[in-house]
Amino acid sequence: MILFILILILIFGGILAWIAGSVNSLLSRWITVITVLACFFIVLGIWINKEAYSSENSGWIIEYTQYWIDRFGIQLHLALDGLSILLLELTFFLGLLAIFASWSQIKHRTGFFHLNLLWVLAGISGVFLSVDMFLFYFFWEVMLVPMYFLIGIWGFGGRIYAAYKFFIFTQLSGLLMFLAILTLYFIHAMQTGTYTFEYSELMNTALSKPLSILLFLGFLIAFFVKLPIVPFHSWLPESYTEAPTAGSIILSGILSKTAAYGLLRFAIPFFPKAVSIFAPYLMALGALTILYGAKLAFAQSNIKRLVAYTSVSHMGFIILGVFALNELAYQGVVMQIIAHGFGIGALFILTGALQEKNNTLNIEAYGGLWSKAPKMGGIGLILALALLGLPGMASFVAEFLTLIGAFQSNVLVTAFAVTGFIVSVIYALKLFQRIFYGEVKNNEKISDFNIREMLIIFPAIAVIFWLGLFPGTVFQTSEKPVLNILEYMKRPEAEMPPVHKKKPVVSYAEVITDKSEPEP
Amino acid sequence: MPNLLGIIVLLPLAGFLVLSIAGRHLKKWTAGLIGAGSIGISAILVIILGIWYIIGKASPATVYLWQWMSVADFMPDFAFHLDALSLVFIFVITFVGFLIHLYSVEYMHEDEDFSRFFAYMNLFIASMLILVLADNFLFLYVGWEGVGLCSFLLIGFWYKTNDNNAAARKAFIVTRVGDTSLAVGFFLLYWQFHTLNIQEIMTRIPEMWEAGMPVANVAAFLIVGGAVGKSAQLPLQTWLPDAMAGPTPVSALIHAATMVTAGVYLIARTHVVFIFSPAAALTVTIIGAATLLISGLSAITQYDIKKVLAYSPISQIGYMFLGLGVGAWSAAVFHFMIHAFFKALLFLSAGVVILALDHERDMFKMGGLRKKLPLTFWTFLAGSASLSALPLISSGFYSKDQILFYSLESTMGGFIFWLAGVVGAFITAIYTFRMVFITFFGDAKTEVRHLPRFTTKTILVILGILSIGAGCINMPGNIARFRVFSDFLSQTLPPPVTSATGKGMETMLESITGFLVLAGIYIAYVAIIRKSIHLKESRGLIKLIKKIWLYGFGFDYIYNEVLVKPMVALSRINKKDFVDRIYSWIAQFILWLNRKLALTQTGRLNWYVMGVAFGAIIILTLILTT
Repeated sequence: MILFILILILIFGGILAWIAGSVNSLLSRWITVITVLACFFIVLGIWINKEAYSSENSGWIIEYTQYWIDRFGIQLHLALDGLSILLLELTFFLGLLAIFASWSQIKHRTGFFHLNLLWVLAGISGVFLSVDMFLFYFFWEVMLVPMYFLIGIWGFGGRIYAAYKFFIFTQLSGLLMFLAILTLYFIHAMQTGTYTFEYSELMNTALSKPLSILLFLGFLIAFFVKLPIVPFHSWLPESYTEAPTAGSIILSGILSKTAAYGLLRFAIPFFPKAVSIFAPYLMALGALTILYGAKLAFAQSNIKRLVAYTSVSHMGFIILGVFALNELAYQGVVMQIIAHGFGIGALFILTGALQEKNNTLNIEAYGGLWSKAPKMGGIGLILALALLGLPGMASFVAEFLTLIGAFQSNVLVTAFAVTGFIVSVIYALKLFQRIFYGEVKNNEKISDFNIREMLIIFPAIAVIFWLGLFPGTVFQTSEKPVLNILEYMKRPEAEMPPVHKKKPVVSYAEVITDKSEPEP
Repeated sequence: MPNLLGIIVLLPLAGFLVLSIAGRHLKKWTAGLIGAGSIGISAILVIILGIWYIIGKASPATVYLWQWMSVADFMPDFAFHLDALSLVFIFVITFVGFLIHLYSVEYMHEDEDFSRFFAYMNLFIASMLILVLADNFLFLYVGWEGVGLCSFLLIGFWYKTNDNNAAARKAFIVTRVGDTSLAVGFFLLYWQFHTLNIQEIMTRIPEMWEAGMPVANVAAFLIVGGAVGKSAQLPLQTWLPDAMAGPTPVSALIHAATMVTAGVYLIARTHVVFIFSPAAALTVTIIGAATLLISGLSAITQYDIKKVLAYSPISQIGYMFLGLGVGAWSAAVFHFMIHAFFKALLFLSAGVVILALDHERDMFKMGGLRKKLPLTFWTFLAGSASLSALPLISSGFYSKDQILFYSLESTMGGFIFWLAGVVGAFITAIYTFRMVFITFFGDAKTEVRHLPRFTTKTILVILGILSIGAGCINMPGNIARFRVFSDFLSQTLPPPVTSATGKGMETMLESITGFLVLAGIYIAYVAIIRKSIHLKESRGLIKLIKKIWLYGFGFDYIYNEVLVKPMVALSRINKKDFVDRIYSWIAQFILWLNRKLALTQTGRLNWYVMGVAFGAIIILTLILTT
């Protein structure tokens, strides 16, 4: 129940913030803050007491089931394990950052802004909690709409084009995933006679090799677009750059992670056959993404675009790790999801502040800012180092584990991917040096971070260091889910059962009229 | 007692934190006190620990801090390992480090970013200590990257000049190439041994590997890759001459005494790997021999006093690599320690000169400083004597002589390596005394504005004494049987395997080296003081050779043309990302299709009727024919 309430809190909090926005924008902001904080603490409570909650028989810590559309076997089935906890906490943490970052930047239609913000968070939380595939797809689509508004209404110059591009890319790829889900649904029904979107049921569907590959690709493209992975990344620079700071934080920090989550939770356990065939090639694609993203990042002269492309590069590590299929790489991926979220979130706050103070994102207009704004410089240095994966920071743990895991499964690709260590230095230093070092350019208007701004960015940086030194905080929580996923992957190949005697039901009408079918 | 290690590392780290957070609000003397004081206390603790270790004949110990992570069987800790090798390194790091910090208090006194300087320097010491104390490769990598970061920050300390920034960037990127190779080496070792604990790997290698196995070779070569990056050896040496853009104490500490010897430490630490990979050991020898010659020749032609001093550590580390390659590990470590003393001394003395002449670094604008800066002259001379291995009366002679001896006598050595080393000693003598004669003799060309104070003088004298006298703790066999240093290290690093023939040759070899060194000094004397060799107005081939030497054998040029320019060009061409264009084409195609189809909407009824009729005919035909 608590899981469902979590989503309801966000939805109603959003409505409340919208209404309050017409009275007083400050009130609307505080309502949003309190809403997200409440969610954060609820999940934190579950996290701390997770032993008390966890049930013995299933792998979930908390589960909630409610019939929704009975006759199609669609359930309101929410469940939470360690992986979901981590991702939810990341979501709410970055959600708070997004609110605070837009405190002084969003001045018109604040109520509606916060409605959208909270509804995006609601959609994302839903994605991280759903174990009914229909429900998953539902939330997957739901989070797009408010995001579209966030970019389209409060973005910068090219916001309309960016919002369209974002919507078309993600919508089309989502559709492919939905087709794959439906096919799986029908095949499962043909094999067992039960119509259900239930995760644990669909997982046991036996698939022929070609079909497994086809459906796998359907899922894959949806996730690849959202992460994004080369060559599906082309919506990203516009969206990340034109979105308001809050939008950039959510897009890069959490929205992209829904795809990483989807890969781990669904794509791998559903299609072990296809995964084992494609794994080496997909690892190579990950390596290519790392390098291609880095190369594009290096070429940019717009600060936000540069940061956006570094995100592409870092997502390459996720693919590399996911298809390395071992525990080391998986824990690396989990850490990468979190480390990248905090790092890029803080980086977008910094660029947002630069843009707000100096009205430009052209890197050529900056220089020697250190003497004027040493606090910003220090933060910029730390974030640049997080970007290049300096040991002691979370991103290093993530990348090192991913690579050392990937090395165990594919030496050649890893040797190729590891050059990402070199190119990341090149773009990270360009970003830092061009802004803060060099001859002092005309930047009288720029003031250093004040206490409020430091307070916003400090927690993110503290987390980056904490997880770099004590990554066990995350690994203890994610160990069990990660092992489960690997176990699903390696489970004995399900026999192709004979097609169920009772029915080759294919027609829609029959499904509707067949009362006997859905079981409680 | 080994628990002192925690405090020894913590003090510089705490100094860094205090200075970087509150530095702007501190007075200069407070910042200096925190910066230098933290290192000073660490140095004292190291000495106490060292005395306890040597007198108590303690065995190696591990200090466990906390478990870093635990994923599957990958369980690296934050833990320190104390043995003879790490003890030598932490002694040099904290002791020389403290002297340089103290010197910096005066040197950097006028700088507005005084506290930032000490923050970085403290972070460097902490990272370097972690590097040499770490008990597993992952923790070692923390220090390894940490020193690289500090090197970057300190080279670019005066960040308003773009040249400094370029030098800093170059140092970081070039060394990162080596670091990456090292990281892959760690992946490989983990894959083989399922641990990254150094001691465990080293004890298990003999059980699992055979000499010359491909995996042993690959692992060893990857480690060499890391070592040549940090230690500025061929082919990754190009960053070090540029790194002189940083303040002089930085050059002394990082780019001469400590950080650049990290590669030497790494190879000494993993020497078992090299026992099992003769090919990699041979490569290390060749790299060392080639580097010491090439950078020695480059040093001869430099104008900038710091550039001479930059090529010189490259060359001296070349000697250490030569020693490591032939299996004379403790000799290499001995040369590291002596080198730290005399190279720090040379840099700090040069710093006095540079400061005295108001940041003038061109040697040809100096001259005659012998009378104006007498103490600095003598200390500089002591350092130079040690650098050029002046026979019997300098420490450098004893340390270099051992390497030369083993490069011939070790079973892994050979005549050609010995010859390279001896020729290198000759070259070293030439460039060192060329520098001494140009700087301190002749006519004064620039006015002296700043004289060293008492602390600076004391530091120079201490280092001068060590440069002359410290060599006596490890005598060659033919002079005295007194080998405290290598005996001390022998519990960690086994002595080299020598062929039986060489026992009587030691004296002869020493005489040859000694003679060549003296000859080199004489040539420098003739060329500079007597001015009877006129290379300045040279033409043709000699001019070309001079140019090649001056620009460090053109490595920079080649890398620039082959790597940097194509990469920049490529990213410039594809700035707009061709993948995006493909999607744009799809969008344009659809728009075009839309326009074409829109043309059929003419509004004329007869066209529509025709369309319906045609459609009906096609459908009917399809139905009828199938």
